[in-house]
Amino acid sequence: MENLHALMAGFAVALAPGNLGLMVLGVVLGIVIGVLPGLGGANGIAILLPLTFAMPPVSAVIMLSCIYWGALFGGAITAILFNIPGEPWSVATTFDGYPMAQQGRAAEALTAAFTSSFVGALFAILMITAIAPLVAAFALRFGPPEFFAVMFLAFASFVGLTQGSAWKTLAAMMAGFLMASVGLDTVTGQLRLTFGSAELLRGIDFLVAVIGLFGISEIMIAMEEGLAFRGAAARIDPGVVWQVWRRLPRHWVIALRSCVIGCWMGVTPAGATPASFMSYGMARRLSKDGAAFGSGRIEGVIAPEVANNAAGVAALLPMLALGVPGSPTAAVLLGGLVMWGLQPGPMLFVEQKEFVWGLVASMYLGNLASLVVVMALVPWFAAILRVPFAIIAPLILIACAIGAFTVNNAAFDLVLMLIFGAVGYAMKKLDYPLAPLVLALVLGNRTEQSFRQSLLLSDGSLGIFFSNWLAGAIMALGFLMLFWPMLVRLRAAVLARI
Amino acid sequence: MAEQGRGVRTRPAELAVSAGIAALGALMVADAYRLGIAWDLDGPQSGTFPFWTGLVMIVASLAVFATAALTPSRATFATAAQLARVAGLFVPAALFVAAVLAIGLYLPAAALMAWFMTVLGGYRPATAALSGLGMSAAIFVVFETLFLVALPKGPVEALLGY
Repeated sequence: MENLHALMAGFAVALAPGNLGLMVLGVVLGIVIGVLPGLGGANGIAILLPLTFAMPPVSAVIMLSCIYWGALFGGAITAILFNIPGEPWSVATTFDGYPMAQQGRAAEALTAAFTSSFVGALFAILMITAIAPLVAAFALRFGPPEFFAVMFLAFASFVGLTQGSAWKTLAAMMAGFLMASVGLDTVTGQLRLTFGSAELLRGIDFLVAVIGLFGISEIMIAMEEGLAFRGAAARIDPGVVWQVWRRLPRHWVIALRSCVIGCWMGVTPAGATPASFMSYGMARRLSKDGAAFGSGRIEGVIAPEVANNAAGVAALLPMLALGVPGSPTAAVLLGGLVMWGLQPGPMLFVEQKEFVWGLVASMYLGNLASLVVVMALVPWFAAILRVPFAIIAPLILIACAIGAFTVNNAAFDLVLMLIFGAVGYAMKKLDYPLAPLVLALVLGNRTEQSFRQSLLLSDGSLGIFFSNWLAGAIMALGFLMLFWPMLVRLRAAVLARI
Repeated sequence: MAEQGRGVRTRPAELAVSAGIAALGALMVADAYRLGIAWDLDGPQSGTFPFWTGLVMIVASLAVFATAALTPSRATFATAAQLARVAGLFVPAALFVAAVLAIGLYLPAAALMAWFMTVLGGYRPATAALSGLGMSAAIFVVFETLFLVALPKGPVEALLGY
């Protein structure tokens, strides 16, 4: 009951006129960002983060998280109308969404997508409201060894849940950790890995890395593919909405299953993109006429859209409760917390009640606002893609440059941004995952600190990570995840032998 | 596909990138070793964590290298035409950044906009130049006056009194 009370107080915070305005602004910006290929949630928030330094933290996080919700909704627009996923997590939506649009059922597909997005998000927010305070309360008992174990589990999960090469995931992750340790070592005051460069003294800012890795590289890929936008017209009239809404409850099994998949994949750092694919795949496999998927089935839109929004929202649960973000965008928000002077972790729920519950309340309102805005203004947002790429591309480049510069007011960061852009392009083309790199870059220092503090407690013995059942159990789970790809292969080899 | 044939194959790209990561890892490990990886009075020395993460990175990238070296593949990384398009974006972007370092953000931003509009979009140079300058002016109003964020400025802005 106490939480319900806190949530109500949170609604009061979120409904303050200023915050309400920022919420709508965030949602609209987010949808635009979601529509534009080359500008994604993580990158869009990273660009705007420096502009929020002067705001109160709760207003800043409301605006930035609403950009995230908007982007989660907006990705579907271009996926359905243009067969161009505005975000990687809407790729699975194109499979059935675009055929529907081609058959003249664009409005139906869009309504289903937006409604599903909302359902998925709502499910995840309810889960956060119910579970996050419990997890945080539990995590208050954590000491450095337990925290290190949680980080270890989070990073090992990346390896365990990897779709492609586990080695590539590992290499990308370690690159993130190494970049995090560039600069001044706060414990000993020594300079690390700067190789005499004064510019590297500050370290490598993760916002600059995100802007390069996600922003610049995205435009390079868009350019490579020689984007040409041709799309169906979009207008949603109330009659269609009503029809679709009447039929949607029939698909509650798919929706529920997709919610669960999404929440699971969001809490473990697998993320929204694999969640949407997995949910689509399950829906197709378990459907009576699975072969018809891909030719414009409404279930093929519902499944990925429910799952990706559930995953995107659920990624905030570990970020709020433990300080371990579940997605790159959540990682950027976490970086924001640090910049606004808040200490991420379970103490947030004790010390920053207003902030946490204001954010949770704004999730309910922000997703509702996203649904309303996106339904009402679909034709406008779709029109953005009629602006020629020759105008969009330099605008995005300049936005990225301004964002990267304003992080530290350092022009050298623009050079870093370009390098990260080229690196991100090569990584994407060769299937190195970007998410573990960004998460390692954000969490690197805190992981290292908890590692060092643990070792100080134990006088250098690694046994401390197994010294009590809690840390030991989390570590063991982490090792299981780490060696999962190997175990799977071993099992296949054994089965082949029999 | 007319574009196929010329370009870069995936395998050499894979080998080059993983070798590059391994080399970078070696550089990191060497510097971490210099900082010390032993036990000190205040805990592990500064180099400990980077040393071990660097080692894991080297092992992982060598595994990627070995896999790529041992698996025959004729997949393409990017065709020559695709690479040309990417360079058409990246080279102007690099020149833009170099120009920002030298003379501030506003003029290079206008030039970048104008360049893309003429070369990629086929607009008339005059239209493109005016659009670029208009955008720069808009950025100036939004950032310097509304958000009070100072962006890099150079001699031309100084002439105008900023």
